[in-house]
Amino acid sequence: MRFVDEFRDPEMARALAGRIAGLCEPGRHYKFMEVCGGHTHTIYKHGLEDYLPANVTLVHGPGCPVCVIPMGRVDDAIHIAEQPDVILTSFGDMMRVPGGGGSFFDSSARGADIRMVYSPLDALKIARQNPGKRVVFMAIGFETTAPSTALTVLRAAAEGIRNFSIFCNHVTIIPAIKAILDSPDLRLDGFIGPGHVSTVIGCRPYAFITRDFDKPLVVAGFEPLDILQSIYMLLTQLAQGRAEVENQYTRAVPWDGNARALEAINEVMELRPYFEWRGLGFISHSALKVRPGYAAYDAEAIFATPGVRVADPKACQCGEVLKGVLKPWECKVFGTACTPETPIGTCMVSSEGACAAYYNFGRFTRARVREAAHP
Amino acid sequence: MCLGIPGQIVAIDPDNDDFATVEVSGVMRRVNIALLEKGSVGPGEWVLIHVGFAMARMDEDEAKASLTFLESLGTAFTDEVEALRQSGIED
Repeated sequence: MRFVDEFRDPEMARALAGRIAGLCEPGRHYKFMEVCGGHTHTIYKHGLEDYLPANVTLVHGPGCPVCVIPMGRVDDAIHIAEQPDVILTSFGDMMRVPGGGGSFFDSSARGADIRMVYSPLDALKIARQNPGKRVVFMAIGFETTAPSTALTVLRAAAEGIRNFSIFCNHVTIIPAIKAILDSPDLRLDGFIGPGHVSTVIGCRPYAFITRDFDKPLVVAGFEPLDILQSIYMLLTQLAQGRAEVENQYTRAVPWDGNARALEAINEVMELRPYFEWRGLGFISHSALKVRPGYAAYDAEAIFATPGVRVADPKACQCGEVLKGVLKPWECKVFGTACTPETPIGTCMVSSEGACAAYYNFGRFTRARVREAAHP
Repeated sequence: MCLGIPGQIVAIDPDNDDFATVEVSGVMRRVNIALLEKGSVGPGEWVLIHVGFAMARMDEDEAKASLTFLESLGTAFTDEVEALRQSGIED
């Protein structure tokens, strides 16, 4: 329990660990998926698995928006960036994500004007300052980030800025969770639900997990104590034979979400019939595109993108890691050919990717050391 | 990009109430507050900020405890604050 003093309430953490152990039925194995990459980061950074009994396993899910962007979309973005008079803007997390023809950094080295921004509003500012350039924002993220992109498009429209567009790669979390539940590869006992996505979508969209799959889900905050408490809540439901949606993160997540944010998304974007997720393949209605009414701000309508599907490198097992079938260290290239400095797969690029989080922190925890010694 | 960071509202922009000046870990930045109900936040109150937009209100105790946790994340947090510092959000 070496990290216990970093907890907001160390006594509470010790008490929760004890109560979690008390709730586990001997001989039963519990597998919970934390959907969100932010949770994965906390779990490894704080060695949370060391607080759990051996028969409780945490499985890392697909909730890292950088990790799920397929290689073909990176290539499309680079194709746009390399058109005349284009400035491509992107969150820093995307810069090293490899496509079939290299990363944004590689394209930048070839001469493309690719700039890191903190916010889509920064990209809009670059458009205002460069009226002779076509400024494209590489829009990625789940429902947490989509409202910000949508409001930026609305602002561009209100101001009549015509040299700004978005290359929309926003994805939606619910179809990904459903794809995982439909997959025969993995048996799960419940979900630790994403916190920030739920500030926007609320808790109601998760109801199908309890109704159709009879699994509990607890929306959780990002601190170690939040995650321990959500595991305790999941185990309590299982012990009582319940499968419900519960909200541990009430201090930030309203049950109905953020209506204004949902309205903004709905005004500017609509569901795509299908979208490719790295590792998970094509998932129906799992991503957003710009509505025809805002086509002037849609990079896919302005630029002809190749749209070529590029298979992931054979050695890379990001797909299995994103579905929770493999732990990061079980991937063939983890830590050898694939490291944060020279990533092959996306899970090693983003700091919220399961492989990067494990590489940076998790492999030093005692439980893993034990596991390595006695596989 | 995935981190949400608490910030304290210093002032609502008198010319455009979609924006506010917010202090985040000693850094003053303009932040878009249009995703929150109009008039629901004012100076001194805390909000959760993600890519330049306030996503939710927070109470002060929660915001401060959350900052302590985020600071424990090390570079993941300092990189985010640095990106926010360099951000050029303006009207």
